[in-house]
Formats: sequence, C-alpha cells, structure tokens
Amino acid sequence: MQMPEPEADILAGKARIVARLREVLPNGAVIDDPVALKVYECDGLSAYRCPPMCAVLPGSTEEVSAVMRVCHEAGVPVVPRGSGTSLSGGALPTADSVILGVARMNRVLETDYDNRFIRVEAGRTNLSVTGAVEADGFFYAPDPSSQLACAIAGNIAMNSGGAHCLKYGVTTNNLMGVTVVMADGEVIELGGAHLDAGGLDLLGLICGSEGQLGVVTEATLRILAKPEGARPVLIGFDSNEVAGACVSDIIRAGILPVAIEFMDRVVIRAAEAHAHPGYPDCEALLIIEVEGSEAEIDHQLGRIIEIARHHEPVALRESASAEESAKIWKGRKTAFGAMGRINDYMCLDGTIPVSELPLVLRRIGEMGEGYGLTVGNVFHAGDGNMHPLILFDANKPGDLEKAEALGADILTLCVEVGGCLTGEHGVGVEKRDIMRAQYSDDDLAIQMDVKDVFDPAWVLNPAKVFPLDASAPRRLAK
Amino acid sequence: MKQSVSSEQELAEAVAAAAGPLRIRGGGTRDIGRPVVGEVLSVAGLSGVDLYEPGALTLVARAGTPLAEIDALLAGEGQRLAFEPMDHRVLLGTGGEPTIGGAVAANVSGPRRVQAGAARDFALGARFVDGRGRVLKNGGRVMKNVTGYDLVKLLAGSWGTLGVLTEVSLKVQAVPETEATLVARGLGLAEGVAALARALGSPWDISGTVHLEVGEASETRVRIEGSEMSVRYRAGALAGAGFAGWEVVEGVASAVLWREVRDVAPFAGDGRVIWRLSVKPSDAPVISAALTAAGLVHRGIYDWGGGLMWLALEDGGDDAGEGLIRGQIAAHGGHAMLVRASEALRGRIAVFQPQPAPVAALMRGLKQKFDPRGILNPGLMMSEHDKAAG
Repeated sequence: MQMPEPEADILAGKARIVARLREVLPNGAVIDDPVALKVYECDGLSAYRCPPMCAVLPGSTEEVSAVMRVCHEAGVPVVPRGSGTSLSGGALPTADSVILGVARMNRVLETDYDNRFIRVEAGRTNLSVTGAVEADGFFYAPDPSSQLACAIAGNIAMNSGGAHCLKYGVTTNNLMGVTVVMADGEVIELGGAHLDAGGLDLLGLICGSEGQLGVVTEATLRILAKPEGARPVLIGFDSNEVAGACVSDIIRAGILPVAIEFMDRVVIRAAEAHAHPGYPDCEALLIIEVEGSEAEIDHQLGRIIEIARHHEPVALRESASAEESAKIWKGRKTAFGAMGRINDYMCLDGTIPVSELPLVLRRIGEMGEGYGLTVGNVFHAGDGNMHPLILFDANKPGDLEKAEALGADILTLCVEVGGCLTGEHGVGVEKRDIMRAQYSDDDLAIQMDVKDVFDPAWVLNPAKVFPLDASAPRRLAK
Repeated sequence: MKQSVSSEQELAEAVAAAAGPLRIRGGGTRDIGRPVVGEVLSVAGLSGVDLYEPGALTLVARAGTPLAEIDALLAGEGQRLAFEPMDHRVLLGTGGEPTIGGAVAANVSGPRRVQAGAARDFALGARFVDGRGRVLKNGGRVMKNVTGYDLVKLLAGSWGTLGVLTEVSLKVQAVPETEATLVARGLGLAEGVAALARALGSPWDISGTVHLEVGEASETRVRIEGSEMSVRYRAGALAGAGFAGWEVVEGVASAVLWREVRDVAPFAGDGRVIWRLSVKPSDAPVISAALTAAGLVHRGIYDWGGGLMWLALEDGGDDAGEGLIRGQIAAHGGHAMLVRASEALRGRIAVFQPQPAPVAALMRGLKQKFDPRGILNPGLMMSEHDKAAG
C-alpha cells in the first residue's frame, strides 16, 4: 500500500504550523511530542502506520474551524479522526498531515423525546449516545461492533452499520442533521430536527464521505423507543448452502428479524474456545433475533423455527433467559477477538446479494486454499454484508502481501456477483486502489468532482477513497 | 417539442446532443417547481423491471417503469415499497402514470416515512445520465454499501437537475398481515400532535401518525401494522396507555384512511394554494397558530406526527403566503415548499426553500459539475437570485 510522498516544504514549515495551531487552540490541545504522537500513527487497520506532523484536539466547533483555517491557509493536509477504530485506514495520517481528533467534543447538547432526537458533539461514542437516553426507554439504533469505543464522527464518516441494521437501517438512515466545518473553516448546518432536505440532500452526501468533504462536529440523531423485549434463536446447519437458503426463506416469509448473523465453522470454533457461548460444532450457525412483547416474540420465533425445520437443522436453541441471550451474543460480538487469538487477521467487508451467499462462501474457501490461507466467515446474513477474516502471520515475510492479494480477489468476487467492496467499514486506504473493480473512471470522476466542490484544495483526508493515480492530478493541482 | 427515448444509450445521446434546456419527464404527474422552459425529454420509454429477488428484498427497475406495474409485481410476492410514495395526480389534478424514477428523483415519501424512512432511504443504487451525456452509476443493489460517496442520496430529491435517472435499485418490504388505525375526533392541533408524539415515543412500532384539520371536526389517526396477533396486542397496549376511547378501524378500511393521507386527498379538486412544510413535529401547532394570528387562514393535514404540514390557504394574497410561512421557517427551522400554485406564482416565488449562502454555493457548485451546460431542468429547484444552480 502506497501513500503520497510527504511534501518537503510542509515538513520544513512544521514549527510555524504548530505554533499557529497553538495560537488558536487552548493549552494542551496541540500534540507534537513524538512519543505522544504514537497513538495517532494508525487506526484499527494497524498494519499501516505513519506518525503525523502533529495532532490537535479541539474542544468546540469554533476551534475546529480555527484549525481548518490555519491548515487551509498553509496547504497542510488534515486527517479527521473520531476514536481511531476505522478498519480501513480512514484515520491513517501522512507525515505531512495534521490529525484532527474530535474526542474532546463528547457532550450531549439536547435531548428531545417528544420529537425523538438527540443532538450530540461528534466525538461522543456510539454506545454512550444510547447510554444518555436508555433510562428513559430510548436507544440509538446503529450498533457497530466497536460501539463501546467508536465515535459518532467516525460513524458518520463511514456510514457505519451494525448487527441490528437489518431492521433499523445504517447511520445515514438515522442521521437527521449535522454541523460541518468546511475545508476552509466555514461552518454550515445541514438538516436538523425536521425530516428530509429542503434543497439537494447534502446531508446524505456528507454521510459516508470518509472525512473528505468536511469535519462533522455536531450531529442530530434519531432515537427510537426501545421495544419491550428481544430474544435470539440459535440454528445450526451442516452446510453453508442450507443456512443461506434458510435466511432467504425467512425473509421471503415476510418476517423481519432485527438481526440475522451467520458464522462458519472456523469462526464457531474460535468463538467457542474464546467466550464459551455453548455453540454447537457445525458447519454454519445462524443467530436470529426478533423484538416485541413476550407474546410477539414467541409468535415470530415460532414461525422462524417452523421455516428452519424444513431445512433440517443440526441444532436449534431458543434462548430461555436474558443470561442465555447475552451469552449467545457475546460469542458473536467477540468473534473478531477470538479469531485474533489464533493469528493475525485481515477483516474484509464486502456485501453481496443474499442469493449469492452459498456460491461466494464456496469460492472464498477455494481461493483461500489456493493461497494456503485460512478464511473464517462471520457476517450480517440478512443484508449480505460479509466479513471474511483472513488469517495470516504478520511476522512471516510475504504473508501480509498474500493476505492482501487474497482479500482483493475476494472483494472482486463480491463485485462480480452484484455486490460491493465495502458494506460498512469504508474504503479508506485499504480498498482505495481496487475501486475500479466497482466503478468506471467516469463514475470515480464524478465523485471526485464532488470533493472538488467541497474541498477544492484537497486538504481533507486527501489520499483516501480514490485510487492514488486517479486522484493525483486533483491533489497536486492545488 | 418532445423527445422520447427507449434506451439508456439513446438518452445519453439525446442529452449530449441537446442544444438547449431540457425538461426531464417521467410520467408527467408531478408538475412541481419553477416552470422549466425547454424541450421535453421523456424517459417513460425506459421501462421494465430488470431484476426482482423477493428473498433478498431487492428490485431493480428502469426509471420510466410505472409505479402501478411495480406495485402489482411486488404484491404478487406479498411485498411493497415501504416508503409509500404519494400519487400527486390526486392533489395536482395531473394525468399520466407515476414512475419509479419520478418517485426517487423527487424523494416522494408517504405517512410511513416516520417509521420506515423516505424514498432516499430505500434507494440502494442508481444509473443516470449527467448533463454531459455520460452514463454513470453509483451504489448498487445490496443493502449495505459504503463504497465511495453516496450519490444516490444526492440524486434522490434532485428533481432531475443533476442527472437523468435511468435505473434505480430499491430495497422492498414485506406487506404485513394486517393493519389497524386508532382514530380520535375533535382534538385541537396541539392536543393531537401531543398524542401522536406519545404514540411515536411508545415501543409499539407506530407506522403512521396524522392529525387532519380539513373540515368541521378534526381527526387524529395512529396506524399499527403487523401480524394479526401483534396488531391486536399493540392496539390494546395503546388503549391502556392513554388511547382509550379511540375508535379502532381495521384492515381494508384502515388502508383507505392512509391512502387518503398519502395523497393529501382532502385538498384535491380546488384551486387553493398548497404549501408543504417539514418541521420539528412539536413546532407544527406553534407555526399554525402564528400563521392564523397573522391572518393567513388555512386548513391543514399534519402528517409525520406533525412534522409534515400540508397547508391549504384560503387566500394567500399576492405572495401566496410566502413571507409569513418562510418567516416561520426562519424562526423555527425546517423547510417549506410551494407544491400547488399557478405557473405564474411558481415563476415568481421560490418553490423550494432558499438555502443559506454557503449551502446554496455548494448546491450551485454541484450543479456546475454534474451539468456544466445547465441544461437539465434549469431553474426548477432554485429561486431567481441563484437560478444558475438549477
């Protein structure tokens, strides 16, 4: 993976830029000590690292605006950062960049139950948004696995999903408004406590733009009343094909579970060894969760189990208690960590049409064998968002490159069957250079045209999303 | 002059070869916006469903496909478009056939918007022709996709000013077994909106909330959809939580009530000026009262728990009530659109909500990139002073 060469004149002007940033920010908000900067040299995609020139931690929209004015004037690249949990390198710096972290901006600004929204500063963590309203019976729906740590700012940048978005949608479907600091420091408001846009839907454009169009500092989020209850059922099958067919039949029957999660044997065994959730040892496991009152849950699970029985499951277990439900979910939510105990892994994020699940799972297995690498699969089956985990050994020369090549092959396959490169993690640097698998040069050009409008000088997170050679003329034209 | 095309390629060529402004038309049912002077370019010929996978809740259709055809196809599998697009023919007295491309291009969503989301939330992908005549695509046909910028959201609600949709991919939804509506009569607007807020803030998954003040007595409605047992349970639960005494209307009779709301049918068939306001729901009674106090007499349909105000003006005066209505928006936030008015009024008054200068500049910039010659529905969305933005 390549990053642009840092610009020598920016590096040479470092002292002046740091001094300017210190002038506009309070004490302690500018970090340029090499040891303290270690924290910012990578995000969740830790295979790639580079210390930034410095990092800033502004405490308000005004301070973010001041930082952007300084950096814009000096032509210094700015990499916005939420909590740094990106799995695609969205917050990976370059040596000539300033990391703009919003972690200090984590206040709740307004809670309105009559109109069902909460307004927060964008550095607030995902789970703590729900935490601010759950005592009153509300929750914020998008629930990425990293929800304990990840910030709303990053959720908006990547349009994050989660296990429960089958029913509630992803970030963009739950985002009502944002305050955005533009590349030149100007502050704009989009959306708010009302629905939809009065002009072009710029809010929908900002969401998922990976910090390239502006820095989101505040967000108005839709909150929902918590259902009376929820309960999962665990269903095991002796083949991936049959599990896939069962998912399709459930959806066709008109049942809308809040989540349908899928794990294959590699992941089931890793999860069992790690969290002991009591998973059956089988080829494919589904966790299906439904919501409502006790009677409604019984009714829905009854229908799901009836459909599942037609597919001759090898295991079928309805959760009988809150503890058991928590245990079932713990295995799933810690599955990535469990795989990490086996070896280093690379987590992919392609989405495919649900109907292609059996074919794609089989091909992933074959391709992994071809490379001599093991791949585990854990994913959101209801919406086809796969997470193949490629196990490799980072200390073994050539293994990372092999894993990267296999990853690219798998993602290309996802596109070939009608899917996409990334369902919820974002392009970042990781998928940047294979974007042409999905989009033509013209398709990419119109997207880069959008960036030209919002950030003509390509100051914001410039080396991401688009193939480096495609963005080069625009980045260098500034 | 009218040009019709029957393929994406022909459409691209027609746009590339256009010498002047084009009025993009699907079914021609939504005569909304500033009148556009230009040659009509019809995409009704781009019709047909390319892919439908009921097991994946996915539909891919060409932009000119009539909604009626899609509804029928989906109904055959027990599915539907969840965003419940309004049929504008009822309110506007237009002819033609509403198309899926039109519904997405105008981001048309009905009462279920509060629960399920808008047209833009169900649009997974799009193919379109930009102002240079290039065929472009964005998104795809899968439910989760963050590969590159989300231009689908931008195109949804751009009214053909950025590109001409040729194909859209949509997420569809299963039709629930049944539905029921709880109805109360005679509540005041503030009281009605407060009741709707209580319903929407309950755990019972409400899929429609409207307060109507169209005739003598007001009517307030709350919709529940789901399986027989679940609908019965939730109707009972609501009755026990402050909705006792509300009449329960079930099944087909309930559906009729919501079709009427969806199409704003009570305001059909007369010449009154119609405004559509999107506001914070609890602001609706405040705004309505302020307008009345200022002498702007109106009837109202308050959908989306009050957040979507359809106002029919008895007499808007020379500016069709714009000054007072946009004054309220300035004070409270949200946006207001002049949906039904004579061409003369729509030529004179900003139909879409004027945007603050920096936001308007971004919109102009996007228009310039997507349609450098300014030929796609020029002037339709933007007011006189920034007409260049289309």
